[in-house]
Amino acid sequence: MARVDAIVDLERLDFGYREGGFRFRIPSLAIARRSAVAVIGPSGVGKTTLLHLIAGILVPDRGLVRVCGIDVAALGDAARRSFRIEHVGLVFQEFELLDYLSVLDNILLPYRISPALRLDAAVRDRARRIADELGIGDKLGRHPDCLSQGERQRVGICRAVLPGPDILLADEPTGNLDPGTKERVLDTLFAYAARTETTLVTVTHDHALLDRFDRIIDFQDIGAAAAKPGDTGHAPAESAR
Amino acid sequence: MRHALFLAWCYLRFHRVKTVILIAAVTLVLYVPIGLRVLVSQSARALTARADATPLVIGTRGSPLELVLDTLYFGANEPAPMRFAEVTRVASSGLAEAIPIYTRFRAGSHPIVGTSLDYFGFRRIEVAAGRQLATLGECVLGANVAATTGLGPGDYVVSSPESVFDLAGAYPLRMAVVGVLARSASPDDDVIFADLKTAWVMAGMGHGHQDLTAPQAANLILERTERTVTANATVVEYNEITAENAASFHFHGDLAAYPVSAAIVVPPDQKASALLRGRYEADDETVLVVRPSTVMSSLLDTVLTVEQYVLAGAALVGVATLGIATLVFGLSLRLRRRERETLVRIGGSRARVATVMAAEIVGVLAVSALATAVLTMLTSAYGATMVRAWIRS
Repeated sequence: MARVDAIVDLERLDFGYREGGFRFRIPSLAIARRSAVAVIGPSGVGKTTLLHLIAGILVPDRGLVRVCGIDVAALGDAARRSFRIEHVGLVFQEFELLDYLSVLDNILLPYRISPALRLDAAVRDRARRIADELGIGDKLGRHPDCLSQGERQRVGICRAVLPGPDILLADEPTGNLDPGTKERVLDTLFAYAARTETTLVTVTHDHALLDRFDRIIDFQDIGAAAAKPGDTGHAPAESAR
Repeated sequence: MRHALFLAWCYLRFHRVKTVILIAAVTLVLYVPIGLRVLVSQSARALTARADATPLVIGTRGSPLELVLDTLYFGANEPAPMRFAEVTRVASSGLAEAIPIYTRFRAGSHPIVGTSLDYFGFRRIEVAAGRQLATLGECVLGANVAATTGLGPGDYVVSSPESVFDLAGAYPLRMAVVGVLARSASPDDDVIFADLKTAWVMAGMGHGHQDLTAPQAANLILERTERTVTANATVVEYNEITAENAASFHFHGDLAAYPVSAAIVVPPDQKASALLRGRYEADDETVLVVRPSTVMSSLLDTVLTVEQYVLAGAALVGVATLGIATLVFGLSLRLRRRERETLVRIGGSRARVATVMAAEIVGVLAVSALATAVLTMLTSAYGATMVRAWIRS
């Protein structure tokens, strides 16, 4: 049963890659709407995998993944892609901008690669407005290789938020940034999430940033929640702030 | 689809050097065999048509191919000259008409063809502007010569000197352009026609100069006998034939010994043709009679054989180039794997992502096909002209 006001609701989640080796289980995890959540833990425990499961990029072997009230695991591939582009905004550590597109076209990219979104003048205006808000409005005609790291990440954030997602999933968004830029990018991300009441789930290794989050999900406490004897799977412990 | 095409266009534009190289390589692979085929077939058609329309050619014994190329296509390699007596010999045989062709001179890059008026009737060439040749010192221009030089009736053409160091050689002759011929899509469009005697004037065999019998020329005379007058070097020799000085032009020596390059022989029927050819088969005969259709057919057989080799070579190069292009496309797709994954992670539809990736290949192939089509059309339009220019050069 879905928990009240949870935008993400995971139940008895069991996932393993086909190649084997890695496996994790999450007995139960809910993320409240409009919250800012940090996911921490050592490399390789499944933080990015968790984001991919929430986004519908990966499908669990068993269990429930309900996001925005939609049973993501039950959707087919095309429906999951449409769900993702409409409800989920993804921000990447490596920015993942296309070098051959201008800043504006990178921001508009979701509208060009999915029939679920329709590109029109209003969207273009919104893209320019968001770019202005994030301080890159004067760089829309440039290509990513002419931008600083911080500017690139802000382009990535613009691209993620343009369709108006319900949840932003950020995978180490400040991992490649210097301390000053890191703060500005996080300020941008938090300010946008707060203003638009968007849920923010961020994977991070930077414990100095944790104070800024409402809640921390720690993957390090393996087995605390659900791993049974003999299991090789991981399950996160969580703490609310 | 338009979004996928837009993204593909952005990709190709951003990687423009790679794109241009790929398009050039694929275009060449496609164009070389197709263009060669079109060029050979068009040239063969044009060459064969003119050869078939020319029954026989006579010229000094030597290379039949050079004789035909010079007489029909006005090539640069003029055969050894033949005596004009051979032209009158054919005519007096009663077996055929003979049309003299003398191609020794040029005006710039255009050959000057000295011939008789019969040539224009034989080739069915009409005058499009001005009038036909009438007197010594006049010329008519082929359609392409008129178009490229901008000359027309009322203008003048000067023949090129053969050698600036040959003081005793042929001097340039300034000829009045009296007409422009109608376009015939043949080598006749690319030459300047003059009367045979005008060409002989260029060769220095006929000339005009001050009247040495006039009283005012008395101080120019070195020696006067019953038959000859010898003057000093200050006698004015004319380099243009005008109405005023035309009467002073005259030819020295026996016209029968004057040179022509060749003659087109037009027998009325096969029998006359066979009889005429029989007369020139003696071993001590200095003149050669050839059927242009036979000579060109032999040349085209050689060309077709060469074409087969070239096509085989082009096919091998094509396979290698397409292999490399496939490798480049494959590597490009591998390099774009991360981009593909990003598009999938963002939520790109399977069809759009595949289209974006494929559009690079399709775009390059489409532009290459378009470029090949354009090049093939240009070859088709100008191929025969190019071959004619190549033969003339």
